[in-house]
Amino acid sequence: MTRSAAPGLLIALAVLVAGLLLAFTVGRYPVGLADVFELIVAKLTGRAPNLPAALENVIWQVRGPRVVAAALVGAALAVAGTAFQGLFRNPLVSPDILGASSGAALGAVIGIFFSLGVFAIQALAFAGGLVAVVAVYLIGSAVRARDPVLVLVLTGVVIGSLLGAGVGLVKYLADPYNQLPAMTFWLLGSLAATGVADLVPLFGPVALGTAVLVALRWRMNVMSLPDEEARALGVPTGVLRIAIVAAATLVTSASVATAGIIGWVGLVVPHIARTLVGPDFARLIPAAALLGGGFLLVIDTLARTMAPIEIPLGILTALVGTPFFIWLLASVSRTWS
Amino acid sequence: MILEGRGLTIGYSDRVVGRNLDVALAKGEVLALLGPNGGGKTTLLKTLLGLLAPKAGEVRLGDRPLASFASRDRARLIAYVPQSHSATFAFTVEAIVLMGRTAHGNLFSRPTAADRAVATRALERFGIAHLGERPYTMISGGERQLALLARALAQEPQFIVLDEPTASLDFGNQGRVMNEICALAESGLGVLFTTHDPNHALRAADRAFLLRDGRMVAEGNIGAVLNREQLQSLYDAPVERIVDTAAGKSAFLPG
Repeated sequence: MTRSAAPGLLIALAVLVAGLLLAFTVGRYPVGLADVFELIVAKLTGRAPNLPAALENVIWQVRGPRVVAAALVGAALAVAGTAFQGLFRNPLVSPDILGASSGAALGAVIGIFFSLGVFAIQALAFAGGLVAVVAVYLIGSAVRARDPVLVLVLTGVVIGSLLGAGVGLVKYLADPYNQLPAMTFWLLGSLAATGVADLVPLFGPVALGTAVLVALRWRMNVMSLPDEEARALGVPTGVLRIAIVAAATLVTSASVATAGIIGWVGLVVPHIARTLVGPDFARLIPAAALLGGGFLLVIDTLARTMAPIEIPLGILTALVGTPFFIWLLASVSRTWS
Repeated sequence: MILEGRGLTIGYSDRVVGRNLDVALAKGEVLALLGPNGGGKTTLLKTLLGLLAPKAGEVRLGDRPLASFASRDRARLIAYVPQSHSATFAFTVEAIVLMGRTAHGNLFSRPTAADRAVATRALERFGIAHLGERPYTMISGGERQLALLARALAQEPQFIVLDEPTASLDFGNQGRVMNEICALAESGLGVLFTTHDPNHALRAADRAFLLRDGRMVAEGNIGAVLNREQLQSLYDAPVERIVDTAAGKSAFLPG
Protein backbone atom coordinates (compact mmCIF):
# COMPACT_ATOMS: atom_id res chain seq x y z
CA MET A 1 0.00 0.00 0.00
CA THR A 2 2.68 2.43 0.97
CA ARG A 3 4.94 1.42 -1.92
CA SER A 4 4.97 4.37 -4.25
CA ALA A 5 2.75 4.01 -7.30
CA ALA A 6 4.32 6.99 -9.02
CA PRO A 7 6.68 5.07 -11.36
CA GLY A 8 3.89 2.81 -12.59
CA LEU A 9 1.48 5.67 -13.16
CA LEU A 10 4.21 7.66 -14.94
CA ILE A 11 4.85 4.75 -17.28
CA ALA A 12 1.13 4.53 -18.00
CA LEU A 13 0.99 8.27 -18.65
CA ALA A 14 4.00 8.01 -20.97
CA VAL A 15 2.22 5.27 -22.95
CA LEU A 16 -0.81 7.52 -23.43
CA VAL A 17 1.30 10.54 -24.47
CA ALA A 18 3.30 8.40 -26.90
CA GLY A 19 0.06 7.04 -28.32
CA LEU A 20 -1.36 10.55 -28.76
CA LEU A 21 1.78 11.84 -30.52
CA LEU A 22 1.91 8.79 -32.78
CA ALA A 23 -1.78 8.93 -33.65
CA PHE A 24 -1.77 12.66 -34.43
CA THR A 25 1.31 12.63 -36.64
CA VAL A 26 1.18 9.32 -38.50
CA GLY A 27 -1.27 8.93 -41.36
CA ARG A 28 -1.93 9.33 -45.02
CA TYR A 29 -1.82 13.12 -44.66
CA PRO A 30 1.45 13.97 -42.87
CA VAL A 31 1.02 16.24 -39.85
CA GLY A 32 3.90 17.69 -37.84
CA LEU A 33 3.79 17.98 -34.05
CA ALA A 34 4.34 21.73 -34.40
CA ASP A 35 1.21 21.95 -36.56
CA VAL A 36 -0.87 20.20 -33.91
CA PHE A 37 0.39 22.51 -31.16
CA GLU A 38 -0.07 25.56 -33.35
CA LEU A 39 -3.68 24.63 -34.00
CA ILE A 40 -4.45 23.82 -30.35
CA VAL A 41 -2.88 27.08 -29.14
CA ALA A 42 -4.74 29.02 -31.84
CA LYS A 43 -8.08 27.41 -30.95
CA LEU A 44 -7.50 28.06 -27.25
CA THR A 45 -6.57 31.71 -27.73
CA GLY A 46 -9.20 32.29 -30.38
CA ARG A 47 -6.88 33.57 -33.13
CA ALA A 48 -6.78 32.26 -36.68
CA PRO A 49 -4.28 29.37 -36.98
CA ASN A 50 -1.26 29.90 -39.19
CA LEU A 51 -1.91 26.68 -41.15
CA PRO A 52 -3.27 25.59 -44.53
CA ALA A 53 -7.03 25.04 -44.36
CA ALA A 54 -6.66 21.43 -45.50
CA LEU A 55 -4.24 20.70 -42.67
CA GLU A 56 -6.53 22.36 -40.14
CA ASN A 57 -9.37 20.25 -41.45
CA VAL A 58 -7.37 17.02 -41.11
CA ILE A 59 -6.33 17.77 -37.55
CA TRP A 60 -9.58 19.25 -36.26
CA GLN A 61 -12.30 17.44 -38.19
CA VAL A 62 -10.83 14.10 -39.24
CA ARG A 63 -7.89 12.87 -37.21
CA GLY A 64 -8.55 14.81 -34.00
CA PRO A 65 -11.99 13.35 -33.20
CA ARG A 66 -10.76 9.90 -34.11
CA VAL A 67 -7.72 10.23 -31.83
CA VAL A 68 -9.82 11.50 -28.92
CA ALA A 69 -12.39 8.73 -29.49
CA ALA A 70 -9.67 6.05 -29.60
CA ALA A 71 -8.20 7.28 -26.32
CA LEU A 72 -11.65 7.43 -24.69
CA VAL A 73 -12.80 4.03 -25.96
CA GLY A 74 -9.53 2.36 -24.97
CA ALA A 75 -9.67 3.95 -21.51
CA ALA A 76 -13.35 3.03 -21.11
CA LEU A 77 -12.89 -0.63 -22.02
CA ALA A 78 -9.85 -0.94 -19.74
CA VAL A 79 -11.63 0.71 -16.79
CA ALA A 80 -14.73 -1.46 -17.27
CA GLY A 81 -12.56 -4.59 -17.50
CA THR A 82 -10.75 -3.59 -14.31
CA ALA A 83 -14.05 -3.11 -12.47
CA PHE A 84 -15.55 -6.40 -13.66
CA GLN A 85 -12.39 -8.39 -12.90
CA GLY A 86 -12.43 -7.05 -9.36
CA LEU A 87 -16.15 -7.52 -8.88
CA PHE A 88 -16.12 -11.11 -10.15
CA ARG A 89 -12.81 -11.86 -8.43
CA ASN A 90 -11.62 -13.36 -11.67
CA PRO A 91 -8.78 -12.07 -13.81
CA LEU A 92 -10.16 -13.74 -16.94
CA VAL A 93 -13.27 -11.58 -17.03
CA SER A 94 -13.76 -8.94 -19.72
CA PRO A 95 -16.24 -6.03 -19.95
CA ASP A 96 -18.71 -8.05 -22.05
CA ILE A 97 -19.07 -10.74 -19.34
CA LEU A 98 -22.64 -9.65 -18.55
CA GLY A 99 -23.73 -9.35 -22.17
CA ALA A 100 -23.07 -5.64 -22.74
CA SER A 101 -21.29 -6.25 -26.05
CA SER A 102 -23.69 -8.87 -27.38
CA GLY A 103 -26.67 -6.69 -26.42
CA ALA A 104 -25.08 -3.71 -28.17
CA ALA A 105 -24.28 -5.88 -31.20
CA LEU A 106 -27.91 -6.98 -31.53
CA GLY A 107 -29.10 -3.38 -31.18
CA ALA A 108 -26.68 -2.20 -33.86
CA VAL A 109 -27.43 -4.93 -36.42
CA ILE A 110 -31.17 -4.34 -35.95
CA GLY A 111 -30.56 -0.64 -36.59
CA ILE A 112 -28.59 -1.45 -39.75
CA PHE A 113 -31.23 -3.98 -40.83
CA PHE A 114 -33.92 -1.30 -40.72
CA SER A 115 -31.57 1.14 -42.51
CA LEU A 116 -31.66 3.64 -39.66
CA GLY A 117 -29.34 6.64 -39.42
CA VAL A 118 -25.92 6.51 -37.77
CA PHE A 119 -27.09 8.03 -34.50
CA ALA A 120 -30.15 5.81 -34.28
CA ILE A 121 -27.85 2.79 -34.73
CA GLN A 122 -25.56 4.05 -31.98
CA ALA A 123 -28.51 4.72 -29.68
CA LEU A 124 -29.85 1.22 -30.33
CA ALA A 125 -26.43 -0.28 -29.59
CA PHE A 126 -26.17 1.69 -26.36
CA ALA A 127 -29.68 0.71 -25.29
CA GLY A 128 -29.08 -2.91 -26.32
CA GLY A 129 -26.04 -3.14 -24.06
CA LEU A 130 -27.89 -1.67 -21.08
CA VAL A 131 -31.00 -3.82 -21.58
CA ALA A 132 -28.91 -6.98 -21.89
CA VAL A 133 -27.07 -6.33 -18.63
CA VAL A 134 -30.27 -5.38 -16.77
CA ALA A 135 -31.89 -8.60 -18.02
CA VAL A 136 -28.88 -10.66 -16.95
CA TYR A 137 -28.91 -8.99 -13.56
CA LEU A 138 -32.63 -9.53 -12.96
CA ILE A 139 -32.50 -13.18 -14.03
CA GLY A 140 -29.32 -13.77 -12.04
CA SER A 141 -30.84 -12.25 -8.90
CA ALA A 142 -34.09 -14.18 -9.30
CA VAL A 143 -32.14 -17.43 -9.09
CA ARG A 144 -31.60 -17.90 -5.35
CA ALA A 145 -28.16 -19.34 -4.89
CA ARG A 146 -25.34 -19.50 -2.40
CA ASP A 147 -22.92 -17.84 -4.83
CA PRO A 148 -24.69 -14.87 -6.47
CA VAL A 149 -21.56 -13.87 -8.42
CA LEU A 150 -21.19 -17.24 -10.12
CA VAL A 151 -24.88 -17.29 -11.07
CA LEU A 152 -24.52 -13.80 -12.54
CA VAL A 153 -21.55 -14.82 -14.70
CA LEU A 154 -23.28 -17.97 -15.93
CA THR A 155 -26.45 -16.03 -16.71
CA GLY A 156 -24.31 -13.55 -18.65
CA VAL A 157 -22.78 -16.35 -20.71
CA VAL A 158 -26.18 -17.88 -21.50
CA ILE A 159 -27.91 -14.59 -22.38
CA GLY A 160 -24.83 -13.57 -24.37
CA SER A 161 -25.09 -16.64 -26.56
CA LEU A 162 -28.84 -16.10 -27.02
CA LEU A 163 -28.15 -12.53 -28.16
CA GLY A 164 -25.42 -13.93 -30.43
CA ALA A 165 -28.05 -16.14 -32.03
CA GLY A 166 -30.19 -13.05 -32.53
CA VAL A 167 -27.28 -11.30 -34.25
CA GLY A 168 -26.82 -14.37 -36.45
CA LEU A 169 -30.49 -14.36 -37.40
CA VAL A 170 -30.47 -10.67 -38.37
CA LYS A 171 -27.30 -11.17 -40.43
CA TYR A 172 -28.90 -14.18 -42.14
CA LEU A 173 -31.97 -12.11 -43.06
CA ALA A 174 -29.98 -9.00 -44.05
CA ASP A 175 -29.41 -7.79 -47.60
CA PRO A 176 -26.04 -9.40 -48.42
CA TYR A 177 -24.86 -6.54 -50.65
CA ASN A 178 -25.64 -3.44 -48.60
CA GLN A 179 -26.43 -4.39 -45.04
CA LEU A 180 -24.27 -7.43 -44.35
CA PRO A 181 -20.92 -5.68 -45.02
CA ALA A 182 -21.99 -2.79 -42.75
CA MET A 183 -22.95 -5.23 -40.00
CA THR A 184 -19.71 -7.17 -40.33
CA PHE A 185 -17.69 -3.97 -40.27
CA TRP A 186 -19.50 -2.75 -37.15
CA LEU A 187 -19.16 -6.11 -35.38
CA LEU A 188 -15.39 -6.08 -35.93
CA GLY A 189 -14.95 -2.59 -34.51
CA SER A 190 -13.87 0.62 -36.20
CA LEU A 191 -13.37 4.31 -35.54
CA ALA A 192 -13.15 5.22 -39.25
CA ALA A 193 -16.44 7.12 -39.28
CA THR A 194 -15.95 8.94 -35.95
CA GLY A 195 -16.60 12.69 -36.10
CA VAL A 196 -16.78 15.58 -33.66
CA ALA A 197 -20.48 14.93 -33.06
CA ASP A 198 -19.68 11.44 -31.71
CA LEU A 199 -17.52 12.72 -28.89
CA VAL A 200 -20.17 14.09 -26.54
CA PRO A 201 -22.34 10.93 -26.39
CA LEU A 202 -19.10 9.00 -25.82
CA PHE A 203 -17.48 11.28 -23.26
CA GLY A 204 -20.56 11.83 -21.06
CA PRO A 205 -21.29 8.23 -20.08
CA VAL A 206 -17.59 7.29 -19.90
CA ALA A 207 -16.83 10.18 -17.54
CA LEU A 208 -19.89 9.49 -15.38
CA GLY A 209 -19.25 5.75 -15.07
CA THR A 210 -15.54 6.22 -14.39
CA ALA A 211 -16.28 8.87 -11.73
CA VAL A 212 -18.56 6.41 -9.89
CA LEU A 213 -15.89 3.70 -10.01
CA VAL A 214 -13.18 6.08 -8.79
CA ALA A 215 -15.42 7.22 -5.92
CA LEU A 216 -15.97 3.60 -4.83
CA ARG A 217 -12.29 2.61 -5.19
CA TRP A 218 -11.70 1.49 -1.60
CA ARG A 219 -15.03 -0.37 -1.38
CA MET A 220 -14.06 -2.12 -4.64
CA ASN A 221 -10.87 -3.37 -2.96
CA VAL A 222 -12.95 -4.87 -0.15
CA MET A 223 -15.44 -6.35 -2.63
CA SER A 224 -12.69 -8.37 -4.27
CA LEU A 225 -12.86 -10.50 -1.09
CA PRO A 226 -15.47 -13.29 -0.83
CA ASP A 227 -18.97 -11.83 -0.54
CA GLU A 228 -19.61 -12.82 3.09
CA GLU A 229 -16.28 -11.42 4.19
CA ALA A 230 -16.93 -8.10 2.50
CA ARG A 231 -20.35 -7.92 4.18
CA ALA A 232 -18.83 -8.73 7.57
CA LEU A 233 -16.43 -5.83 6.99
CA GLY A 234 -19.44 -3.53 6.71
CA VAL A 235 -19.80 -3.24 2.94
CA PRO A 236 -23.40 -3.43 1.60
CA THR A 237 -22.32 -5.68 -1.27
CA GLY A 238 -25.74 -6.06 -2.92
CA VAL A 239 -26.23 -2.33 -3.48
CA LEU A 240 -22.62 -1.69 -4.42
CA ARG A 241 -22.57 -4.56 -6.91
CA ILE A 242 -25.47 -2.92 -8.74
CA ALA A 243 -23.69 0.46 -8.68
CA ILE A 244 -20.44 -1.01 -10.02
CA VAL A 245 -22.17 -3.09 -12.71
CA ALA A 246 -24.22 -0.04 -13.76
CA ALA A 247 -21.15 2.21 -13.95
CA ALA A 248 -19.05 -0.33 -15.85
CA THR A 249 -21.94 -1.14 -18.21
CA LEU A 250 -22.53 2.55 -18.96
CA VAL A 251 -18.86 2.94 -19.85
CA THR A 252 -18.82 -0.23 -21.97
CA SER A 253 -22.07 0.50 -23.81
CA ALA A 254 -20.99 4.02 -24.73
CA SER A 255 -17.72 2.82 -26.19
CA VAL A 256 -19.29 -0.13 -28.03
CA ALA A 257 -21.95 2.19 -29.49
CA THR A 258 -19.20 4.46 -30.85
CA ALA A 259 -16.61 1.95 -32.01
CA GLY A 260 -18.35 -1.40 -32.37
CA ILE A 261 -17.05 -4.58 -30.77
CA ILE A 262 -13.39 -4.35 -29.79
CA GLY A 263 -12.27 -7.32 -27.74
CA TRP A 264 -9.16 -7.93 -25.68
CA VAL A 265 -8.53 -4.35 -24.47
CA GLY A 266 -10.71 -4.84 -21.40
CA LEU A 267 -9.12 -8.21 -20.67
CA VAL A 268 -5.42 -7.53 -21.26
CA VAL A 269 -4.93 -3.91 -20.18
CA PRO A 270 -6.11 -4.41 -16.55
CA HIS A 271 -3.42 -7.09 -16.19
CA ILE A 272 -0.66 -4.79 -17.40
CA ALA A 273 -1.96 -2.06 -15.12
CA ARG A 274 -1.98 -4.46 -12.17
CA THR A 275 1.63 -5.47 -12.75
CA LEU A 276 2.57 -1.77 -12.94
CA VAL A 277 0.77 -0.39 -9.87
CA GLY A 278 -0.60 -3.37 -7.90
CA PRO A 279 -4.20 -4.36 -7.17
CA ASP A 280 -5.38 -1.25 -5.27
CA PHE A 281 -8.21 0.24 -7.35
CA ALA A 282 -7.26 3.78 -6.32
CA ARG A 283 -4.25 3.47 -8.64
CA LEU A 284 -5.44 0.64 -10.82
CA ILE A 285 -8.34 2.58 -12.36
CA PRO A 286 -6.25 5.58 -13.50
CA ALA A 287 -3.39 3.34 -14.64
CA ALA A 288 -5.78 1.15 -16.66
CA ALA A 289 -7.44 4.23 -18.21
CA LEU A 290 -4.10 5.71 -19.30
CA LEU A 291 -2.75 2.41 -20.65
CA GLY A 292 -6.01 1.49 -22.38
CA GLY A 293 -6.15 4.86 -24.11
CA GLY A 294 -2.53 4.59 -25.26
CA PHE A 295 -2.98 0.98 -26.37
CA LEU A 296 -6.03 1.66 -28.53
CA LEU A 297 -4.37 4.76 -30.03
CA VAL A 298 -1.51 2.59 -31.24
CA ILE A 299 -3.92 -0.08 -32.52
CA ASP A 300 -6.08 2.48 -34.32
CA THR A 301 -3.05 4.13 -35.90
CA LEU A 302 -1.98 0.71 -37.20
CA ALA A 303 -5.52 0.05 -38.39
CA ARG A 304 -5.61 3.10 -40.64
CA THR A 305 -1.98 3.07 -41.87
CA MET A 306 -0.85 -0.55 -42.17
CA ALA A 307 -2.71 -1.44 -45.33
CA PRO A 308 -4.43 0.32 -48.24
CA ILE A 309 -7.77 -0.47 -46.62
CA GLU A 310 -8.76 0.01 -42.97
CA ILE A 311 -8.18 -3.06 -40.86
CA PRO A 312 -10.96 -3.70 -38.30
CA LEU A 313 -9.83 -2.89 -34.75
CA GLY A 314 -11.20 -6.09 -33.27
CA ILE A 315 -8.94 -8.12 -35.54
CA LEU A 316 -5.83 -6.15 -34.61
CA THR A 317 -6.54 -6.26 -30.86
CA ALA A 318 -6.99 -10.03 -31.15
CA LEU A 319 -3.72 -10.38 -33.07
CA VAL A 320 -1.85 -8.36 -30.45
CA GLY A 321 -3.89 -9.54 -27.49
CA THR A 322 -3.64 -13.30 -27.90
CA PRO A 323 0.16 -13.72 -27.86
CA PHE A 324 0.45 -11.04 -25.23
CA PHE A 325 -2.05 -12.77 -23.00
CA ILE A 326 -0.29 -16.12 -23.35
CA TRP A 327 2.98 -14.46 -22.40
CA LEU A 328 1.23 -12.82 -19.48
CA LEU A 329 -0.17 -16.13 -18.27
CA ALA A 330 3.28 -17.68 -18.35
CA SER A 331 5.23 -14.85 -16.77
CA VAL A 332 3.15 -12.87 -14.29
CA SER A 333 0.30 -15.18 -13.31
CA ARG A 334 1.74 -15.24 -9.79
CA THR A 335 0.40 -11.75 -9.15
CA TRP A 336 -3.10 -13.14 -8.98
CA SER A 337 -2.56 -16.81 -8.23
CA MET B 1 -23.48 -6.09 25.76
CA ILE B 2 -24.51 -9.60 24.77
CA LEU B 3 -24.71 -11.26 21.36
CA GLU B 4 -27.43 -13.85 21.54
CA GLY B 5 -29.66 -16.02 19.42
CA ARG B 6 -33.06 -17.03 20.79
CA GLY B 7 -35.09 -19.95 19.49
CA LEU B 8 -33.14 -19.98 16.25
CA THR B 9 -34.09 -22.09 13.27
CA ILE B 10 -31.15 -21.81 10.91
CA GLY B 11 -30.57 -22.82 7.31
CA TYR B 12 -30.66 -21.79 3.68
CA SER B 13 -33.53 -21.04 1.36
CA ASP B 14 -33.93 -24.69 0.37
CA ARG B 15 -33.27 -26.48 3.65
CA VAL B 16 -33.29 -26.21 7.42
CA VAL B 17 -29.97 -26.99 9.10
CA GLY B 18 -30.80 -26.55 12.79
CA ARG B 19 -33.73 -25.88 15.13
CA ASN B 20 -34.44 -24.52 18.62
CA LEU B 21 -30.99 -23.12 19.19
CA ASP B 22 -30.34 -20.71 22.05
CA VAL B 23 -26.85 -19.31 22.27
CA ALA B 24 -25.39 -16.32 24.09
CA LEU B 25 -21.97 -14.71 24.10
CA ALA B 26 -20.99 -12.06 26.64
CA LYS B 27 -18.06 -9.68 26.38
CA GLY B 28 -14.84 -10.96 27.90
CA GLU B 29 -15.71 -14.62 27.48
CA VAL B 30 -14.68 -17.30 24.99
CA LEU B 31 -17.30 -19.71 23.66
CA ALA B 32 -16.24 -22.77 21.66
CA LEU B 33 -18.65 -24.32 19.16
CA LEU B 34 -18.02 -28.06 18.73
CA GLY B 35 -19.63 -30.79 16.72
CA PRO B 36 -19.26 -33.22 13.85
CA ASN B 37 -19.06 -32.16 10.21
CA GLY B 38 -22.39 -31.12 8.72
CA GLY B 39 -23.87 -30.47 12.16
CA GLY B 40 -24.57 -26.80 11.48
CA LYS B 41 -21.59 -25.05 13.10
CA THR B 42 -20.79 -22.76 10.17
CA THR B 43 -24.48 -22.04 9.51
CA LEU B 44 -24.98 -21.03 13.14
CA LEU B 45 -21.85 -18.87 12.95
CA LYS B 46 -23.10 -17.04 9.87
CA THR B 47 -26.51 -16.53 11.44
CA LEU B 48 -24.96 -15.00 14.55
CA LEU B 49 -22.80 -12.78 12.31
CA GLY B 50 -25.90 -11.47 10.58
CA LEU B 51 -24.72 -12.82 7.21
CA LEU B 52 -27.58 -15.30 7.07
CA ALA B 53 -31.10 -14.47 8.26
CA PRO B 54 -32.56 -16.96 10.76
CA LYS B 55 -35.61 -18.87 9.46
CA ALA B 56 -37.22 -18.45 12.86
CA GLY B 57 -36.22 -16.84 16.13
CA GLU B 58 -34.06 -13.77 16.50
CA VAL B 59 -30.44 -12.75 16.88
CA ARG B 60 -30.02 -9.79 19.22
CA LEU B 61 -27.02 -7.58 19.80
CA GLY B 62 -27.35 -5.64 23.03
CA ASP B 63 -30.95 -4.47 23.25
CA ARG B 64 -31.63 -4.46 19.49
CA PRO B 65 -32.32 -7.12 16.86
CA LEU B 66 -29.13 -7.71 14.85
CA ALA B 67 -31.13 -7.39 11.63
CA SER B 68 -31.92 -3.76 12.48
CA PHE B 69 -28.23 -2.77 12.29
CA ALA B 70 -26.89 -1.25 9.08
CA SER B 71 -24.02 -3.40 7.76
CA ARG B 72 -21.54 -0.67 8.66
CA ASP B 73 -22.77 -0.35 12.27
CA ARG B 74 -22.80 -4.12 12.66
CA ALA B 75 -19.22 -4.36 11.39
CA ARG B 76 -18.10 -1.92 14.08
CA LEU B 77 -19.38 -4.35 16.73
CA ILE B 78 -18.82 -7.85 15.31
CA ALA B 79 -15.77 -8.97 13.34
CA TYR B 80 -15.54 -12.19 11.35
CA VAL B 81 -12.39 -14.22 10.90
CA PRO B 82 -12.99 -16.69 8.06
CA GLN B 83 -10.86 -19.77 7.50
CA SER B 84 -7.59 -18.59 6.04
CA HIS B 85 -7.78 -18.57 2.29
CA SER B 86 -5.90 -17.23 -0.63
CA ALA B 87 -6.93 -14.03 -2.39
CA THR B 88 -7.54 -13.40 -6.08
CA PHE B 89 -5.44 -10.28 -6.19
CA ALA B 90 -2.07 -9.66 -4.58
CA PHE B 91 -3.01 -7.04 -2.00
CA THR B 92 -0.32 -6.38 0.58
CA VAL B 93 -0.84 -7.75 4.09
CA GLU B 94 -1.18 -4.16 5.29
CA ALA B 95 -3.96 -3.51 2.74
CA ILE B 96 -5.80 -6.64 3.89
CA VAL B 97 -5.60 -5.47 7.52
CA LEU B 98 -6.64 -1.93 6.49
CA MET B 99 -9.80 -3.43 5.00
CA GLY B 100 -10.81 -3.99 8.63
CA ARG B 101 -11.10 -0.20 8.88
CA THR B 102 -13.72 -0.03 6.12
CA ALA B 103 -16.67 0.29 8.49
CA HIS B 104 -15.02 3.27 10.18
CA GLY B 105 -15.12 5.34 6.99
CA ASN B 106 -17.95 6.42 4.71
CA LEU B 107 -18.92 4.99 1.34
CA PHE B 108 -16.40 6.97 -0.68
CA SER B 109 -13.53 7.34 1.77
CA ARG B 110 -10.13 5.73 1.81
CA PRO B 111 -8.27 4.72 4.98
CA THR B 112 -6.77 7.71 6.77
CA ALA B 113 -3.45 8.05 8.59
CA ALA B 114 -5.30 7.20 11.81
CA ASP B 115 -6.64 4.01 10.19
CA ARG B 116 -3.09 3.13 9.15
CA ALA B 117 -1.91 3.56 12.73
CA VAL B 118 -4.65 1.19 13.97
CA ALA B 119 -3.68 -1.36 11.29
CA THR B 120 0.00 -1.10 12.21
CA ARG B 121 -0.80 -1.67 15.90
CA ALA B 122 -2.87 -4.73 14.98
CA LEU B 123 -0.01 -6.11 12.86
CA GLU B 124 2.43 -5.52 15.73
CA ARG B 125 0.12 -7.13 18.25
CA PHE B 126 0.28 -10.40 16.29
CA GLY B 127 3.97 -10.07 15.56
CA ILE B 128 3.60 -9.77 11.79
CA ALA B 129 4.49 -6.11 11.27
CA HIS B 130 7.45 -7.24 9.14
CA LEU B 131 4.99 -8.81 6.66
CA GLY B 132 3.11 -5.55 6.06
CA GLU B 133 4.55 -4.92 2.59
CA ARG B 134 4.43 -8.57 1.45
CA PRO B 135 1.66 -9.69 -0.91
CA TYR B 136 -1.02 -11.57 1.01
CA THR B 137 -0.88 -14.25 -1.70
CA MET B 138 2.79 -14.99 -0.94
CA ILE B 139 2.69 -15.66 2.82
CA SER B 140 2.06 -18.98 4.60
CA GLY B 141 -1.31 -20.24 5.83
CA GLY B 142 -0.39 -19.50 9.44
CA GLU B 143 0.66 -15.98 8.57
CA ARG B 144 -2.59 -15.46 6.67
CA GLN B 145 -4.60 -16.56 9.70
CA LEU B 146 -2.71 -14.06 11.83
CA ALA B 147 -3.27 -11.35 9.20
CA LEU B 148 -7.03 -12.08 9.26
CA LEU B 149 -6.94 -11.90 13.09
CA ALA B 150 -5.15 -8.55 12.81
CA ARG B 151 -7.82 -7.38 10.37
CA ALA B 152 -10.57 -8.34 12.84
CA LEU B 153 -8.75 -6.48 15.61
CA ALA B 154 -8.34 -3.41 13.35
CA GLN B 155 -12.13 -3.43 13.05
CA GLU B 156 -12.16 -2.51 16.79
CA PRO B 157 -15.21 -4.68 17.46
CA GLN B 158 -16.84 -5.86 20.69
CA PHE B 159 -17.15 -9.44 19.46
CA ILE B 160 -14.95 -11.62 17.23
CA VAL B 161 -16.32 -14.72 15.53
CA LEU B 162 -13.81 -17.20 14.10
CA ASP B 163 -14.53 -20.12 11.76
CA GLU B 164 -12.10 -22.95 12.52
CA PRO B 165 -9.20 -20.62 13.23
CA THR B 166 -6.77 -23.52 13.62
CA ALA B 167 -7.89 -25.68 10.70
CA SER B 168 -5.00 -25.09 8.31
CA LEU B 169 -2.27 -24.33 10.83
CA ASP B 170 0.76 -26.29 11.98
CA PHE B 171 1.03 -27.38 15.60
CA GLY B 172 2.97 -24.33 16.76
CA ASN B 173 0.68 -21.85 15.10
CA GLN B 174 -2.38 -23.62 16.54
CA GLY B 175 -1.08 -22.89 20.04
CA ARG B 176 -0.26 -19.34 19.06
CA VAL B 177 -3.76 -18.65 17.78
CA MET B 178 -5.30 -20.22 20.92
CA ASN B 179 -3.19 -17.91 23.08
CA GLU B 180 -4.23 -14.91 21.02
CA ILE B 181 -7.90 -15.87 21.46
CA CYS B 182 -7.41 -15.93 25.24
CA ALA B 183 -5.64 -12.56 25.10
CA LEU B 184 -8.49 -11.03 23.06
CA ALA B 185 -11.02 -12.12 25.69
CA GLU B 186 -8.81 -10.77 28.47
CA SER B 187 -8.82 -7.40 26.72
CA GLY B 188 -12.63 -7.43 26.98
CA LEU B 189 -13.81 -8.88 23.69
CA GLY B 190 -16.39 -11.63 23.37
CA VAL B 191 -14.93 -14.46 21.27
CA LEU B 192 -16.79 -17.28 19.54
CA PHE B 193 -14.92 -19.93 17.60
CA THR B 194 -15.65 -23.26 15.97
CA THR B 195 -13.17 -26.10 16.19
CA HIS B 196 -12.81 -29.79 15.47
CA ASP B 197 -10.43 -30.28 18.38
CA PRO B 198 -11.91 -30.42 21.91
CA ASN B 199 -8.42 -29.74 23.26
CA HIS B 200 -8.48 -26.31 21.66
CA ALA B 201 -11.71 -25.63 23.51
CA LEU B 202 -10.05 -26.84 26.73
CA ARG B 203 -7.10 -24.53 26.09
CA ALA B 204 -8.94 -21.34 25.21
CA ALA B 205 -12.67 -21.42 25.95
CA ASP B 206 -14.69 -20.61 29.06
CA ARG B 207 -17.80 -22.30 27.75
CA ALA B 208 -18.64 -24.83 25.07
CA PHE B 209 -21.68 -25.33 22.87
CA LEU B 210 -22.05 -28.84 21.42
CA LEU B 211 -24.02 -29.08 18.19
CA ARG B 212 -25.02 -32.29 16.43
CA ASP B 213 -27.44 -32.69 13.51
CA GLY B 214 -28.63 -29.12 14.03
CA ARG B 215 -29.59 -29.64 17.67
CA MET B 216 -27.88 -28.50 20.83
CA VAL B 217 -26.45 -31.50 22.68
CA ALA B 218 -25.00 -29.65 25.63
CA GLU B 219 -23.97 -26.16 26.62
CA GLY B 220 -22.14 -24.82 29.65
CA ASN B 221 -18.80 -24.39 31.36
CA ILE B 222 -15.95 -26.23 29.72
CA GLY B 223 -15.29 -28.42 32.77
CA ALA B 224 -18.92 -29.48 32.99
CA VAL B 225 -19.55 -30.09 29.30
CA LEU B 226 -16.33 -31.53 27.92
CA ASN B 227 -16.10 -35.03 29.32
CA ARG B 228 -15.47 -38.40 27.74
CA GLU B 229 -19.09 -39.56 27.62
CA GLN B 230 -20.32 -36.31 26.14
CA LEU B 231 -17.66 -36.30 23.41
CA GLN B 232 -18.21 -39.97 22.58
CA SER B 233 -21.89 -39.37 21.98
CA LEU B 234 -21.24 -36.06 20.17
CA TYR B 235 -18.89 -37.60 17.62
CA ASP B 236 -20.28 -41.14 17.80
CA ALA B 237 -16.73 -42.44 18.25
CA PRO B 238 -14.55 -43.69 21.09
CA VAL B 239 -12.59 -41.03 23.00
CA GLU B 240 -9.85 -41.42 25.56
CA ARG B 241 -9.08 -38.93 28.32
CA ILE B 242 -5.48 -38.34 29.41
CA VAL B 243 -4.97 -36.71 32.80
CA ASP B 244 -1.83 -35.06 34.08
CA THR B 245 -2.51 -35.16 37.80
CA ALA B 246 0.59 -33.13 38.67
CA ALA B 247 -0.44 -30.19 36.44
CA GLY B 248 -4.15 -30.76 37.06
CA LYS B 249 -4.82 -30.75 33.34
CA SER B 250 -6.38 -33.18 30.94
CA ALA B 251 -6.66 -33.79 27.22
CA PHE B 252 -8.69 -35.98 24.88
CA LEU B 253 -7.46 -38.45 22.29
CA PRO B 254 -9.71 -39.71 19.52
CA GLY B 255 -9.94 -43.44 18.82
